[in-house]
Amino acid sequence: MSDRLFGLVVVIASVAYIGSALQIQTSFMVDPVGPKTFPILVGSIGGLCALLVMIKPDPEKHWPDGRTWVSLAVALTVLIAYAYALKPLGFLIPTALAAGILSWQISPRIVPAILTGLGLSGGLFLIFKFVLGLSLFAVPRGWLG
Amino acid sequence: MDTLNLLASGFAVALTPTTLMLAVAGCIIGTMVGALPGLGPSNGVAILIPLAFSFGLDATEALILMTSVYYGAMYGGRISSILLNIPGDEPALMTTLDGYPMAKAGRASDALVLSGVASFVGATFATIGLMLLAPLLARVAYLFGPAEYFALYLLAFSTLGGIASNNQRKAALASCIGLAIAMIGLDNSTGMARFTGGNLHLLDGVDFLVAIVGLFAVSEVFVFIESHGKSTAIGVKIDKITIPFRDIARTSGTMLRSSVIGFVAGILPGAGASLGSFLAYMGEKAWVRDKSMFGKGDARGIAAPEAGNNAAAGGALVPMLTLGVPGSGTTAVLLALLMTLNITPGPLLFTERPDVVWGLIAALLIANVVLLVLNVPMVRIFVKVLSVPPWILLPGVTMVSFVGIYSLSGSYFDLVLMILFGLLGWFLRKLDVPTVPIILGILLGNAMEDNLRRAMTLSGGEWTYLFSSKIAIGFWIAAVLGFLAPILLSRVITKPKGHVEPVGEGTASMDSTPSPDDGTGARGRDSDGP
Repeated sequence: MSDRLFGLVVVIASVAYIGSALQIQTSFMVDPVGPKTFPILVGSIGGLCALLVMIKPDPEKHWPDGRTWVSLAVALTVLIAYAYALKPLGFLIPTALAAGILSWQISPRIVPAILTGLGLSGGLFLIFKFVLGLSLFAVPRGWLG
Repeated sequence: MDTLNLLASGFAVALTPTTLMLAVAGCIIGTMVGALPGLGPSNGVAILIPLAFSFGLDATEALILMTSVYYGAMYGGRISSILLNIPGDEPALMTTLDGYPMAKAGRASDALVLSGVASFVGATFATIGLMLLAPLLARVAYLFGPAEYFALYLLAFSTLGGIASNNQRKAALASCIGLAIAMIGLDNSTGMARFTGGNLHLLDGVDFLVAIVGLFAVSEVFVFIESHGKSTAIGVKIDKITIPFRDIARTSGTMLRSSVIGFVAGILPGAGASLGSFLAYMGEKAWVRDKSMFGKGDARGIAAPEAGNNAAAGGALVPMLTLGVPGSGTTAVLLALLMTLNITPGPLLFTERPDVVWGLIAALLIANVVLLVLNVPMVRIFVKVLSVPPWILLPGVTMVSFVGIYSLSGSYFDLVLMILFGLLGWFLRKLDVPTVPIILGILLGNAMEDNLRRAMTLSGGEWTYLFSSKIAIGFWIAAVLGFLAPILLSRVITKPKGHVEPVGEGTASMDSTPSPDDGTGARGRDSDGP
């Protein structure tokens, strides 16, 4: 079932891809192939493979249970939040929080998770800043005045 | 001797204090990366590349550091194979077959030393092979025109697919996904935007480092969350390192034979170290008369895959440097490094930048000696690394990935894109779709299209031009055979089932035979093999 669904998604995506390739503007200086042919070729072959996957799927996969899905969603949210927090909030606080939460999602023990967050945040900061010489801000720039 | 002069100039580059230090550091990091299950050569190298740039290394230095990591990871992979029965990376899978039984029989230190020596023999053989063969191949590559390159890229995709997966539909699909992603951005020859959806960030295309770090490193976090980081931390103790001279002497023939097999397997575009160790093990088993001990801790069963895997790792550098076609996941990552450094691999590299090529070869020879020291007398240090639990390791890897990509581009967009690639990588791995072909597609897509268009321009739009030379026809035939062979062979030969889930280099999982715990345990990373 998952293979059939995946195949369907890819088939739709490749049709959209080919459609989008047909919209590519060609300029006056065009070679015999042009900018459309190769993408259309790739889209067609990809779509064909996806059809074959749908027709002959592999045995069903083992998907995680509900709780694991929640963990994965939490991890995804944390990572995206971390991506946006890194610049305005400096390195130390977002890293400690993100690393701690990820650690907790992998192994649900609170104390090791907190220690992991703090340790990684501090340790990596020292390595990045003083060994590799990256220009990172430890704390929000506002705090430095 | 021309080669010797060039090699001497290479040593002049490699023996400066900075490069020497980088080679040693690379070896240490590489061995750790290889030893840690969940961190393989391809994602290990991938997360370090952005840092190497931020560190301000020049091209030769960066390449030496990263290839030392690459070689080191190939050595390190065996440590957890032997001690935990979990391959530290995909090519080390075969080492579990005899390494773990030998360790269980109380000879863990013998197994580690023997495999370390075998790795040294394989890697040294391959480095010398690289030194002799690469310049020759580079000269042949001068004869290649756009039609030949187009067919060669096709060959790389079709053989990589065959090895990376036991489902050719999915491997081909993965290649197409990669190629489709490569098309995003400004068209090289007309300057028209393609598939950007009006997003300005996408005009430059998708940065392959973002895709690689996402697919290889960030996806690992999701894999481990799903498996709840089944702890790999097992108290392993090695009392004393003794050198089993008798086993080494007895397996010297094995090591040499396996090195040859591995090196040849590594050179094949798209094949890589997993194939090297697999063929070396199978070849050795076919060669010897008394097979009764295989799988029960036979010294030859340890020496063969380790020599084969390290020889293949070196062999895979040959097509990467001379043709720009990586032989595996990790060499694909190294190719990304070269491209980011504005070095175009190919025949011109050998004439225009001999310092890079020969500096690298000399550095690899030095790295091998360093690795022998690290992996035989000092192996106990790396055994300790195995006790780093995943709930510290994985968050650490993620944070390093973020900082690396952030320091490269400083853009939120790339970070979010990296996370999305991580999620995609996790889904694809669940679905047994190999991710290495995606990377190869992103890396080679533009070159492949350019060569097609150049060929058509030369011929005035005549499609038969693609089959106009013997070399091109040879590549086409090899590509078709390479694609079909696994489908036909899989009916005849059943692949050996590892008793463990593949960890580490993953997708190229030779044994992606769905095992009952593939679900949780498909930690197979991708790649690599080199």
